[in-house]
Amino acid sequence: MSHLNASIMNIHEYQAKQLLSDYGVPVPSGYPAQSKAEVEAALAQLPDDAIVVKAQIHAGGRGKGTFTDGYKGGVKVTSGRAEAAEIAEKMLGNTLVTQQTGPQGRKVQTLYFTEACDIEHEYYLAMVLDRESSQAVIIASTEGGMDIEAVAEATPEKIVRVPVSPTLGLRPYHCREVGFALGFKGDQLKQLSRILGGLYKLFWEKHAMLVEINPLITTPTGSIQALDAKVSFDANALFLHEDIAALRDLNEEDAKEVEASKYNLSYIALDGNIACMVNGAGLAMATMDIIQSFGGSPANFLDVGGGANEEQVTAAFKIILSDPNVKGILVNIFGGIMKCDVIARGIVAAAQNVELRVPLVVRLEGTNVEAGKQILTESTVALTPADSLANAAQIIVEQVS
Amino acid sequence: MSILVNKDTRLVVQGITGKTGTFHTQQCVEYGTNVVAGVTPGKGGQLWEGTVPVCNTVQEAVKQHGANVSVIYVPPAFAADSILEAIDAEIPLVICITEGVPVRDMAEVRQRLNLKGNQTRLIGPNCPGIITPGECKIGIMPGYIHKPGRVGVVSRSGTLTYEAVWQLTQRGHGQSTCIGIGGDPINGTSQLDAVRLLNEDPDTDAIIMIGEIGGSAEEEACAYIKEHVKKPVAGFIAGASAPKGRTMGHAGAIVSASGAGTAEAKFAAMEAAGVSIARNPSEIADALLKIYQAS
Repeated sequence: MSHLNASIMNIHEYQAKQLLSDYGVPVPSGYPAQSKAEVEAALAQLPDDAIVVKAQIHAGGRGKGTFTDGYKGGVKVTSGRAEAAEIAEKMLGNTLVTQQTGPQGRKVQTLYFTEACDIEHEYYLAMVLDRESSQAVIIASTEGGMDIEAVAEATPEKIVRVPVSPTLGLRPYHCREVGFALGFKGDQLKQLSRILGGLYKLFWEKHAMLVEINPLITTPTGSIQALDAKVSFDANALFLHEDIAALRDLNEEDAKEVEASKYNLSYIALDGNIACMVNGAGLAMATMDIIQSFGGSPANFLDVGGGANEEQVTAAFKIILSDPNVKGILVNIFGGIMKCDVIARGIVAAAQNVELRVPLVVRLEGTNVEAGKQILTESTVALTPADSLANAAQIIVEQVS
Repeated sequence: MSILVNKDTRLVVQGITGKTGTFHTQQCVEYGTNVVAGVTPGKGGQLWEGTVPVCNTVQEAVKQHGANVSVIYVPPAFAADSILEAIDAEIPLVICITEGVPVRDMAEVRQRLNLKGNQTRLIGPNCPGIITPGECKIGIMPGYIHKPGRVGVVSRSGTLTYEAVWQLTQRGHGQSTCIGIGGDPINGTSQLDAVRLLNEDPDTDAIIMIGEIGGSAEEEACAYIKEHVKKPVAGFIAGASAPKGRTMGHAGAIVSASGAGTAEAKFAAMEAAGVSIARNPSEIADALLKIYQAS
């Protein structure tokens, strides 16, 4: 399976809710839809009563967001099927801008319809893998339905954190600690324990990085439900979980990043006009940093990795050159596993396959550097060689401005 | 005598017969590293390149060939298992080069390392390895950019480290030991651990720490430096220009949406600890040489 660019894979709310439900966490009935016909079919399965219409994108803040045509709100509570269908038409295929999408927004290709619940109280419940302690941590709060970071700042005492050691797993006393902190007792404490059990099982079995329910609600009749769900996974573990890998939505990812991942390249699109191609994530970040420090603006992060072959380097070049913002390219290779003659051949091949219409600065150092430099010198490719990183950054910034 | 690896190191290579294992073992043997055995389950009894005995298990490599350091070039699916095997065989130093090990696996390895009685120091995963120039090279770094000397280097990155090392070497300052701790969020040896080792090493007179955005490893190291390190320290943090919320290549290099793990926070911690800061990756050696001249 193709290598995912980011180390974290996100899924949609409707997919997260399905997973939670599979693991025994109560969620309100809900149905996704990606076309008018599917909208009709979904609504037919819900009672003609209060129905919530939710735009599905991999970003939060949907309720407060605005569509690019002016329509406000990506989450709407309606009085029934007719109103829900009307609203669905306004949302489906429209582009939603929220605080987390950036100004260009995200196209809404899926809607989720659920029955509205009466809410007695909203809580926050999540499980994360804590890198500092290398344990799973349950995070819970009585202040649900709002930005948990804001709660952490304003009233940190209202957040409880219970670590769970991977060797021992989730135990009843962990559940009690969370439950009592949230003010639960009796049957609700039991319900919460079951929910935590399901959460932990999903989290651990499927190599999740985050399982977040915000809000987790109690209803007036005393049941507990997950009203919203966010689950993300360790991309490095997807080879173990075909079912999770199948949930990936390429429409939520930048097309260039998806293309890059097909070649096992690590690529992130940015806003600037100086593209870089570097081997090694640390050096790639540092290359972006130094471009910025000389007054330039990086167009991307691109790590060709330690084993990049000619095909990958060619692909990297094509992806870079497909970005209309790119006014110059800096190639910075320090060869360890990566051999300078391989990258040089890749540069020459790529430049010959794609019309090189922008300045190219190449800085090589490391394994087989002399062979690499020779290949570049002897080729007919229009490029400027540089000896040091500072030199390279300075030249490309000058050539682009 | 330099810390961790030196001319007395007896190296076992787990995954020696694989393509990556073979290539890099050849390079390390050329450098002068003493490779005493390899491990590839099922190929025990064979000779790698006609010279190095291959064993089925790490235990065999220890018992029959006296291996005291292991390097792991095993694919991500099996890397954690290889680490655990080496820990059980009580190898004092294990270096895992592999990139892409599931974080959950590393959480389990970390719990194993934290157990009382553990004898193993783990470096990595997703790291370039360790080199004591002139004596022993374990990993994928190019040997020729290094030269023996008295500056210790610790870094989360691979190629960015080579950048800094090359700057030092060209300025005439060699390295005592370069430790690549790797770019993963959960690993065996932290910045703090490595800085402490270099601080306690009589063959190291000055230290360079190269960090990245994400996590709090550099901040913790700086707290230690402030209290305990008298040797000159210089540092650089990569990723100041990276956007929030995106993982920049290394699984551990991510500024969380709430703003934790920024380059600014790490630079500030360095400042507070009296670390000489390189604001530019091309000035890392300069940042050290401002406050340190080899005698």
